[in-house]
Amino acid sequence: MTNEIKTGRRSFIKRTWKWLGIAALAELTIFTFGMLRQGKKNDDKLNANLMDAGGVEDFPINSVTADRVNRYFLIRLEDGGFLALSIICSHLGCSVLWNKEKEQFLCPCHSSAFDKFGDVMNSPAPRALDYFPVIIESGKVLVDLSKKIQRRGFDKKQISYAI
Amino acid sequence: MNVNSDLGKHTRPIYNLILHLHPKKVKASTLRFKLSFGLGGMSALLVVVQIFTGLLLKFHYVPNPEGAYNSILAINENLLFGKLAHNIHYWSAILLLWITFLHMLRVFFTGAYRKPRQATWTFGVLLLILVVLSNFTGYLLPWDQLSYWAVTVSTSILDYVPLIGSTAREALLGGQDVAGGTLSNFFNLHTGIIPLLLLALMVHHFWQIRKAGGLIVSEEEKDSPLVDTQPNLVARELVVSLVLIAFILLLGVLFDAPLRERANPFFSPNPAKAPWYFMGLQELLIHFHPFFAVVVIPIILFAGIFYLPYFKLKDGVQGIWFISQKGRETGKISAIAGFIFTIIFILLSEALPDPESILPGNFSIITTGLIPFIFVVVSIYFFMKIIQRKFSINRSEYIQSLFIILIASYSVLSLVGISFRGEGMSLIWPWLL
Ligand code: HEM
Ligand code: HEM
Ligand code: FES
Repeated sequence: MTNEIKTGRRSFIKRTWKWLGIAALAELTIFTFGMLRQGKKNDDKLNANLMDAGGVEDFPINSVTADRVNRYFLIRLEDGGFLALSIICSHLGCSVLWNKEKEQFLCPCHSSAFDKFGDVMNSPAPRALDYFPVIIESGKVLVDLSKKIQRRGFDKKQISYAI
Repeated sequence: MNVNSDLGKHTRPIYNLILHLHPKKVKASTLRFKLSFGLGGMSALLVVVQIFTGLLLKFHYVPNPEGAYNSILAINENLLFGKLAHNIHYWSAILLLWITFLHMLRVFFTGAYRKPRQATWTFGVLLLILVVLSNFTGYLLPWDQLSYWAVTVSTSILDYVPLIGSTAREALLGGQDVAGGTLSNFFNLHTGIIPLLLLALMVHHFWQIRKAGGLIVSEEEKDSPLVDTQPNLVARELVVSLVLIAFILLLGVLFDAPLRERANPFFSPNPAKAPWYFMGLQELLIHFHPFFAVVVIPIILFAGIFYLPYFKLKDGVQGIWFISQKGRETGKISAIAGFIFTIIFILLSEALPDPESILPGNFSIITTGLIPFIFVVVSIYFFMKIIQRKFSINRSEYIQSLFIILIASYSVLSLVGISFRGEGMSLIWPWLL
């Protein structure tokens, strides 16, 4: 009788230890991931990373300009609109290159191709190239590098115009 | 009798350390080289070699994108034995992965994962994962074109995991791209967390082996006599260690670790490949919808490997290579079938038109995911049905055949990815190489 009570209590204590151990492990995991992650982006203004790409007139109509350091292409379309595309291929992350003759972005790694709006022309890429919002302010072209936006395909709303 | 009595005073501490890891006596049958091939011991030795050379390299390595590549050049050119240490660290990393993998195969094929060694197997799988992670985190450190793009491509595979994939990737990379944060994360994992975990689990592994009463012993050899560990086991270990160390030194002297140009985030090489041990996965991604290639199939495989020792088996023969004569025959047939079937699958998937072009829209998870997956599962099922009919094999022989098919498939996928994929990842025929 007393034996049963004892083992009952013992197994309860054992179980408690086990759950405490699991909780501690979970906390440690969350703590570790928290430390590994980049600082949180909670203040948009603080983190807005507006890249001054140059004056509107610096970019001829129908041109593609590469910014190698910040890894984007600034595209000026026929109608004068601006589009900033990430150079990172949506397949496995290689850097695409602009091919002037074909008017396409070609990925050297596994031969994906994208048109100048970033839409997929050739698989294996699963979706269009990511884009950055462009803001045009008093004749200056600003690219918001803090917001890399994923998309299925091209939409007119992604183009910015100088008013 | 004191086992140390015939040793000089000065060597005693070393012997005490070695003997501390061993029982005093071991069964004579477990000393046979053809039982273990010394593979577990070799893995342990290679881990020690990695830690030794790694700690030395760490004195001169600079873990940031500006300095990393130049510090490797300096290690190679300005240090007295720098190049040798670098080469040894490189070759013995590859050797460690191979030998740990072969050790796993030997444990599997001698049935040594079964009761009472289930947990030894489970922790062994964790050790293998740590060895892979060591290799992977080390791969980035030279910061050349090869390592930069291999890490970019293989961490991008994570992006295809739904819900948690891109968050996990960002945590691992310390940002959105492979950059300074990534190098710092990988360096700390590589020279801190992973080796510590590896050492702790290794010690636990050794303790588990002792607790199970040493290595596996078959029914026939149950009465094999006990012999002293020193010198019977220790001498054998010494020979294996010296041969292995001589071999690594030879590799390090004769062959340099490859080093390409400094990493350039703007220019990707053509083609860009993951490190060789992940090429099977990258090849799988060419043939399957990402959800199947990086979620469904890996989860099924890992679940199977972890659960392996807990399958209910009444017929579990232990300590005999490939279970039985029947096991040997069906094993051979399964290996050949796995090879041929995978090659046919790759050629078929290459020859058939892209389903996306016939049926555009959001059906690719069915056309390139579910349908080929069911095709593969059904083919394996019917193949195993035929084998079972013909040889009337029991459950453990069945599991063994299945395991062999999967290993053969992964080998073919890796081989094709590593050797038969050229520019733009298109298939090149072996006779055009
Ligand atoms: C760094 C990695 C590893 C080290 C250093 C290591 C070390 C060892 C050593 C020294 C032995 C005894 C001698 C021998 O069998 O050769 C052993 C046995 C064993 N290992 Fe490992 N091992 C590692 C990885 C693995 C892996 C990946 C698995 C399985 C998935 C595994 C499962 C086992 C089992 C079940 C035994 C007992 C075998 C028996 O009783 O016959 N180990 N290990
Ligand atoms: C299981 C253990 C280990 C494995 C499999 C491993 C693997 C690797 C690999 C594959 C590389 C890249 C080498 C190259 O491509 O040139 C590397 C580099 C490096 N490892 Fe390790 N390593 C291990 C343990 C350690 C430890 C314990 C340390 C230090 C505490 C360390 C320090 C380094 C350093 C500093 C480098 C950069 C220098 C170089 O590339 O040679 N490693 N490791
Ligand atoms: S990374 Fe661009 S095609 Fe694979």
